[in-house]
Amino acid sequence: MKVVANKIPLDIEKIRLDFPILKRKVNGYPLVYLDNAATSQTPQQVIDVIVDYYSSYNANIHRGVHSLSQEATDKYETARKKIQQHFNVANSHEIIFTSGTTHGINLIANGFAQELQKGDEVVVSALEHHSNIVPWQMLCEKTGASLKVIPMNHEGELDMEAYQDLLSPNTKMVFVNHVSNALGTVNPIEEIIEAAHKVGAAVLVDGAQAAPHIKADLQALDVDFYVVSAHKMCGPTGVGILFGKEKWLNKLPPYQGGGEMIATVSFEKTTYAELPHKFEAGTPNICGGIAFGAALDYMNEVGFKNIATYEEQLLAYATKCLLEIEGVKIYGTSEEKTAVISFNIEGLHPYDIGTIVDKLGIAVRTGHHCAQPIMDFYNIPGTVRASFSFYNTFEEVDLFIAAIKKAKMMLQ
Amino acid sequence: MTIKEIQEEIVDEFSMFDDWMQRYEYMIELGKSLPLIDEKYKVDENLIKGCQSKVWVHAVLEGDKLAFTADSDAIITKGIVAILIRAYSNQHPTDILDADTKFIDEIGLKEHLSPTRANGLVSMIKQLKMYAIAYQTQLD
Repeated sequence: MKVVANKIPLDIEKIRLDFPILKRKVNGYPLVYLDNAATSQTPQQVIDVIVDYYSSYNANIHRGVHSLSQEATDKYETARKKIQQHFNVANSHEIIFTSGTTHGINLIANGFAQELQKGDEVVVSALEHHSNIVPWQMLCEKTGASLKVIPMNHEGELDMEAYQDLLSPNTKMVFVNHVSNALGTVNPIEEIIEAAHKVGAAVLVDGAQAAPHIKADLQALDVDFYVVSAHKMCGPTGVGILFGKEKWLNKLPPYQGGGEMIATVSFEKTTYAELPHKFEAGTPNICGGIAFGAALDYMNEVGFKNIATYEEQLLAYATKCLLEIEGVKIYGTSEEKTAVISFNIEGLHPYDIGTIVDKLGIAVRTGHHCAQPIMDFYNIPGTVRASFSFYNTFEEVDLFIAAIKKAKMMLQ
Repeated sequence: MTIKEIQEEIVDEFSMFDDWMQRYEYMIELGKSLPLIDEKYKVDENLIKGCQSKVWVHAVLEGDKLAFTADSDAIITKGIVAILIRAYSNQHPTDILDADTKFIDEIGLKEHLSPTRANGLVSMIKQLKMYAIAYQTQLD
């Protein structure tokens, strides 16, 4: 069965030792964690950085004259530089720390309120997460701009011809995810960005689902905004980044007022701080930012090419095994996809399947995955979604398949 | 039988099982045997919010007793609904309001009682009690 086993580019057993949580049992069975698209697990190297922060140099950053504050500031700004290098961004001040992807999207949607007027058009894709639909709907309501949707096909891919037809001089912004969270489809963002720029529209790419699998070169992509969350790439929850091109970040107004984001304040007038601080009001998630840097170090050490190669093998194996089960239907069958399988079994509700496999120690996600328009497209209440990471094994795929078979037997 | 007696009966039945799998299999059986709700009542107004699967509950007053019918598109959820309906249907609204839900814990389904649980067992119980309040006022 495991014909690819000898070609695995990673020492998975060694990698798994880095993740303490993978040793635990759930409902009496060894945990098989296949909900990585929702949140990834944290390696000891990142946990150590978190513990070290609170044990050794916890202090508020920027403008503190004392040593601890300086130390924390240095580490935080070093993390920003690491993130800048990772995504090949020209300037570190183009990296804004956020609380996560949703925060980054809202920051831009809010900023664009002054850029839009009645008659303008905003384009989103049919494959979006609710967090990349709702802020733009709110923005359109506020400004009178209209929302256009790039349709999808049955394979779960965007209809690029329809996209070209939607674009016009009225198009001011395009929002699309790099990878669909519900289906795993990798969208052709190079083509999307290039076409949008031809009509003068700005592009925001939601990279939350792509960043754990694909190392994006943001200068090569020429994208205007790119947002990610640390917790999907071995980092902690509650922190992420927004990349924005300098010219845009200088143009857009601040999102929140507070400390850190000002240059001078009087009751007559406040001048805003330089980038990136203009968008970082208040005390940030200092520990989270530093730990995000450590998470990137960890993933780069494992190597994104190795991760991609190995996850592709896991995906191929899991897909093959799953399709051998009668009645299985997989949603999202694009050639270009990350290690995500969204599926149903004929006649069974995804919730029932998820409940039974959880009893067997398998963590999958069930439901609409915050992407109801996609579920409506397929006319289903939801799916079971298994999402793999580089620390998952072929043996775990076998346990997952066995659990699905057992659930099917019990439920039918 | 009173609600308490029915609950004890259910606890007795579940105590025969050794492990979760048998309990779930029984629950699935109960779900399959749940008398079907009339299709015309499977409308949005009868849908219980807060469930990942759809649950419809309809209530009618028969004399001074409240009778429930229900359905769900997920079979495990349907099993849970079936257990609830068995305990609470054909009872006086006051008794429904006074009844506790300890038996859910006792039959090994405690995990479903968490308010954040996606199957919305808590929402279901709340909805049954809401019906009881509504019909109680009618009886008064």
